[in-house]
Formats: sequence, structure tokens, C-alpha cells
Amino acid sequence: MLAPEPAAPGSLYAKRKSVFPKAVDGHFRRLKWAWMTVTLAIYYVTPWLRWDRGPYSPDQAVLIDLAHRRFYMFGIEIWPHEFYFVAGLLIMAGIGLFLLTSAVGRAWCGYSCPQTVWTDLFQHIDRLIDGDRNAQMRLQNAPWTARKIARRALKWSIYLLIGFWTGGAWILYFADAPTLVRDFWSGHAAPVAYAAAGVLTATTFVLGGFLREQVCIYMCPWPRIQSAMLDENSLTVTYKDWRGEPRGSVKQARQAATPLGDCVDCDQCVAVCPTGIDIREGPQIGCITCALCIDACDKVMTQLGRAPRLIDYATLQGCEREKAGGPKESVRKALLRPRTLVYFGVWCAIGLALLFALGTREHLDISVAKDRNPPFMVLSDGSVRNAFNVKLRNMESRPRALEVALSGLPRATMWSDDMARAAAARELRRTVAADQSETVRVYVIAPAGTGAQDFAFTVRALDRERGRDTHTTHFDAPGDAQ
Amino acid sequence: MTKRIDEATGTQTVGHEWDGIEELDTPMPRWWLLTFCLTIVFAIGYVVLYPAIPMVHGATKGLWGWSSRGELASDLRVAKAQRADVLHQIAITPIQSLQGKPELMKAAVAGGRAAFRVNCVQCHGAGAAGVPGLYPNLNDDDWLWGGSLQAIEQTITHGIRQPGDKDTRTSLMPSFGRDALLTPDQIDDLVSHVRTISHQETPSPSSTRGAKLFADNCAVCHGPAGRGQRQFGAPNLTDAIWLYGGNREKITQSLTVAHAGVMPAWHDRLDPVTIKMLAAYVHSLGGGEDFVQPAPTQPQGGAAEPKALAHARP
Repeated sequence: MLAPEPAAPGSLYAKRKSVFPKAVDGHFRRLKWAWMTVTLAIYYVTPWLRWDRGPYSPDQAVLIDLAHRRFYMFGIEIWPHEFYFVAGLLIMAGIGLFLLTSAVGRAWCGYSCPQTVWTDLFQHIDRLIDGDRNAQMRLQNAPWTARKIARRALKWSIYLLIGFWTGGAWILYFADAPTLVRDFWSGHAAPVAYAAAGVLTATTFVLGGFLREQVCIYMCPWPRIQSAMLDENSLTVTYKDWRGEPRGSVKQARQAATPLGDCVDCDQCVAVCPTGIDIREGPQIGCITCALCIDACDKVMTQLGRAPRLIDYATLQGCEREKAGGPKESVRKALLRPRTLVYFGVWCAIGLALLFALGTREHLDISVAKDRNPPFMVLSDGSVRNAFNVKLRNMESRPRALEVALSGLPRATMWSDDMARAAAARELRRTVAADQSETVRVYVIAPAGTGAQDFAFTVRALDRERGRDTHTTHFDAPGDAQ
Repeated sequence: MTKRIDEATGTQTVGHEWDGIEELDTPMPRWWLLTFCLTIVFAIGYVVLYPAIPMVHGATKGLWGWSSRGELASDLRVAKAQRADVLHQIAITPIQSLQGKPELMKAAVAGGRAAFRVNCVQCHGAGAAGVPGLYPNLNDDDWLWGGSLQAIEQTITHGIRQPGDKDTRTSLMPSFGRDALLTPDQIDDLVSHVRTISHQETPSPSSTRGAKLFADNCAVCHGPAGRGQRQFGAPNLTDAIWLYGGNREKITQSLTVAHAGVMPAWHDRLDPVTIKMLAAYVHSLGGGEDFVQPAPTQPQGGAAEPKALAHARP
């Protein structure tokens, strides 16, 4: 620990300065509105989408069925042993963020991050209830009169309502949505449903309503990682200081001895910023690159008849070139470069590999566990018997007729514990219920003199779709095992 | 030892000084102090409600009277109540009808497996494979006293050679050598015969002499062909299974000093339902006799539960 400098006493703690972003309109604001609608719609509507999977499986399009250990996503059903698909999706999401960051900087933060989307929504509620920036500031500083209390109560109730709607939508991903909604309100849902809805209501209320940009600046690790991933070719929101400086109002510019820059120091870029920073100080951790300052500045520049995009999406390299008098770089050139292409290639490769694995996976599975105690059994006629637990897995959402057969081990036959030994044969038939596993206890019997050897159980579907699977195991016999 | 206010921070020092290094008396953060006080309040409540203060014998009981043994007892009560219905069903079902009810049979086998691990593995082994020369293997298809469900239930209930139990399985093979009922040469001829009928030796003059001796001395229990008789627990001598060994030396030993294995009668140690479940388990090991094919059941659909119920809970 460093000793505190005696010359500069005081606390390192800085109290939060409340942010009251001003309403703004422009290209990026409209893009954000559209994207916010899409992302919120995806979140709230997805659990209500239906997907017919026949009579034996749930018909919710996206369902994480923890109770039955199944993950449904439209036409795809994932069993616990196929969790690598989910791992693959998570890796794709990670590399997708790398790709996005190296290409368009912190676009995830600015447009798609739930924290940004919900904060944006809540800030809009603020403007709706309390008025725009100045009115909000006045109300903040006003004493607690009845009117202010009423306003605050109304606003926070709306926060809470949105929070509850958000937390409520979350639990719908884990159970049949219409049933759960009915159970939820009639008090019959599982306690974990109420707890999860409560926790997510609280986090939405607190993170979206009050913590807001502090989450991005102090709590989230992603901005820190991103700042390490950005390079001189990444698009960031940049104030073109060589064009704007020295700044001054139109009046000051008229009186100045030397010509001033384009920036009229109107502070509109600061007023509209949802994280309350000044972009003119350069790239910084608080900038989520939402580009609302571009909209605000463009409006002012257009009013003054000056060229727009004093604040713009630009790369560091592009800025250097432009500063030296070069042409403005094309966005396409900023996007198509080795680094982004490599990320894109890796991302696509994983995606294709997952699709390939998904398309070629077996929906029928056999696994065999051999009895080891006793490893074999000599019967009264001298024949040798081994016992196995054979597990048949039917991953289709319909019952399937299956045939289990011995391959190898000539002259051996088998029977199971729910049939008479007299009916022993080389094949057994079983119908396995839809989307289920069934364990069959199988006794394999081979004539006296059969030696220990490997053999296999093969399962074959008897329906039109066919499909087969094999599991190699071992047959123990006296002589070698003793 | 002079307490003074530190200029840089405005905090009082503790008054110690080591080579010019002083320590600030920074107060605990408010939230920390509050949490600390809350833990004290919690501890007081805990001490009052739960067993906490150790005494010479035991500890204080606490107002709620909680104990880990009490918790176990209540868990066991709950488990027992959950099983009560199935156990009752097994109790009222005659053992020969169990196989007709696959679900009940499955439950009985599971219960029997648990009871077997507690009561039977000491002799018969964890895999029920027995011990050669001592305890029979229960997996195979050779039964001394019968391998149907009823016969197994009877054997477990009344045991083998248990004095005082009139229904116990009992018989006694003479010790032909020790009691000088047969000469060593005659015993040798008998061994030849027994090994011939079990296809371990080819017929010889010795085995021919032995056949005569067998008819006179052994056939009454083991049957004229040596296939055994279960009412006497007399083993089949023609098959491949030898509890006490099938080579010349072992058979000679058995003829000289006869074996008479015993097993406890379990009716005074286990309840009838447990015995029934044990019989079902032993019968299910692969060698059970008089198998009854259960009626074919409808293939169960889907997750075996109605959709709405199955997916109602997160």
C-alpha cells in the first residue's frame, strides 16, 4: 500500500453524479429504438412461441426443462449428455463478442447489452413522468413535497412493474408458459418460481432503475476486457478534435483573433449521454458507444450549416489519416481486415461443426454395464451365464420398437429378467417409450467350453427410420477369470 | 503514549509509535459493526432455541427441542410412510401372484436387494455368489430345497436344520467313512460312480462296483439316477454344480464326513413382508424357477406423465 500523500488528503470515494440524459433524435437513436424493440420482443415473447413436437413432448418452442433434464429449442432437443452443444453455443457467443468488438468496438455495450436496453427503457420512463433533462434536474433538487413524492411513487411503481414483468418472463423459459402463469397467480407454482421471479424483479428494479451506468463503469468486467481488445482499427465513437478545437461559441468565434474549430461548446453531446461522460475527452471506459452524441452533434452542426459528423464512428488509424489531410476511410475497409476475418472464420467453423454434429447425431443409443460380482456363473448343465444391465435410449419423441441382438459370441442366447429362460434367443424386442431410457437386465448364456471373449450388443430400430447403435463388452468364463 | 489527531486523515492515532511509525485508530465501518451486532443477536436466539451449551452429561436442549437423532427419526418416519402403501400391497399379495404384477415385483426386488445387503451378504456374498465349500450360490439354476418363489420364501422363513422349528428344512446325510458304514475301498468305488454319472470320468470296474453301493446306500435320498431330491435337500449329483467340490478328493471328504449346512430361520428376525421381498430378490437373480410371464403391459407413452403436469414446474 502506498502511503497517502500528505499534500492531497481526502477520500478516494466519489459520490455518483446523477445522469439526466436529454431526449435526442437522429439515425442512431432511431436504430436504437428499433433494436430495443427487437431485443425486448425476443425476451418477452419467446416463451410464448409454440412448436408442435407431437403428443409426448412439450410444445413450447424454447424450454429449459430442468425437471426432466431436456433443453428444447425449436426443432432441436438436447439431452444432458449432449451438453457440449450448449458449450459450443457459449463459445460461439464468446467469439461472436470478440468479432463484434474488433469490428465495431463496443457495439454490444451500446445496443444489445440487457443493462443498456433496460437502462434506456427506464430513462425513457423518467422523461415520460418527470419531463426532459432540465425538468428532471429541477425535480431532483426540489424539496420533498407531496407532488414530488407522488411523482416518485408513480415512477418507481412503473420501474417495479417493468422489473416484475422481466423477472416473470425469465421463469417462463423453464416451464410451460401458460400453465406456469396460471399456477403462478393461483399460488400453485413451485417456490423456486416465486424466488426466481422475485430476485430478477429486484435486480431489474435496482440495476435498471438506480445503478444504471455504474454497472458498466464499476461492476461489469466486459468493458475492461474490451478495452484490451480494441486496436487502432476498431470503430469507436470519436470526437474529431483536430476539426473541433479550439472550441468556442459562435459569438466567441466572431471575436477571436485566430479562427476557432467547429465545436461550439454547446454541451449537447454531454447532455444526451446516458453514462454522463464528455466524449470530447477522448475514448474512455464510460463510453458504451451508443452514438447518441453523434445524433446530438449532427443536429447542431446542421443548424449552424457546418459539416456533420464532428463526432463520428471512426478508427484511430482513420483519425490519424484524416488529421493528416487524407480522405475519410470507408467503413467496409475498417470491417474487412485479417483480425475480424479470422474471428469470423473461427466463429463460422464452430457453428458449422455444431450443425454437422447436430445433423449426424444418433437418436438411438445403447450402453451396457456388465455385472462384475459374480463375473460369470456356471449353470447346472455346465453352460456359462453373464449378466448385463443394458440401457436403451430413445431420443425421438415417439415410442420406438427396438431389437437388441448379440453380435459375436456364437451359440450364445439371452433372456431378460421379465421373461422365461425357455424363451432365450439371439434377439430381444422392446418398445421404449418416447423420449425415455429403459434399462433391461439381460442374461447371456453360452454353452459349456465357451472361452472368455469380447462381443457386442447391437440395437436396431424396427420402424421406418431405422438407426442402430452398438456397444462392445466382455463375456467372462471359467478358466481365465479365476 | 500520546494520542493525537493525524493531520493527513483527521483520524486519531492509537498512541503507539515504533521507529516513527504510528497506527491510525480508524473506526470500523458502520455496516461492519451493524453486521457484527446482528450476528450477536442471532447467536443469542440460536442458543435459546437450539442445543448449544455443553454440560457434564449432554447439552442444553433448546426451546425447540431439535436434535440430529430426532431429525433422522422423523426422516425415517416420512420414508416409512411413503413406502407403507407398497409394503401393504406386497403383504396382501400371495407370493406366487407377485410375478403377475410387474410394478409390485420390481418394488419387492428392490426392497429385497436392500434387505439382502443387511442380512444375507455375510454368508452368501454381495453378489449372492456364495462361497464354494460353504454357502450356496443363489444366482445359478441349481437349488437344494427348491427355486420357486414359495420354496425360497419357505427356506428363508424357517431356515435350514434349525432345531425347534418344525417347518425347518432338515435332513442328515450319514458320515459313511467316519462312522465306518463303508470301507475306504467302497467309498473309492462310490466316488468313481458319482464322477461317472456327472460325466467327469468314463465307466470303469470301480464305478460299476460303486453303482451297486449307490443303489443300496444313496439312492433313497439322491434318487436312483443321482438327480437329487429336494424334499431332503439332496443335491443333484449329475450336474456341473458342486457346492462342496466335485473332484475325487472333495467327494471322498464329503462321503467320509458328511456336510450339513445350516441357515437361520428368519421369521423371528424379519417381518413377513421383508422375507417376501428377499425371496423375490433371490428369485430374480437369474435362476428362479416356475417363471410366470406377466401380462403384456401397454407401452407407456412419452415421459410417462401427462404433458401439462410434467412441465408445469420449473
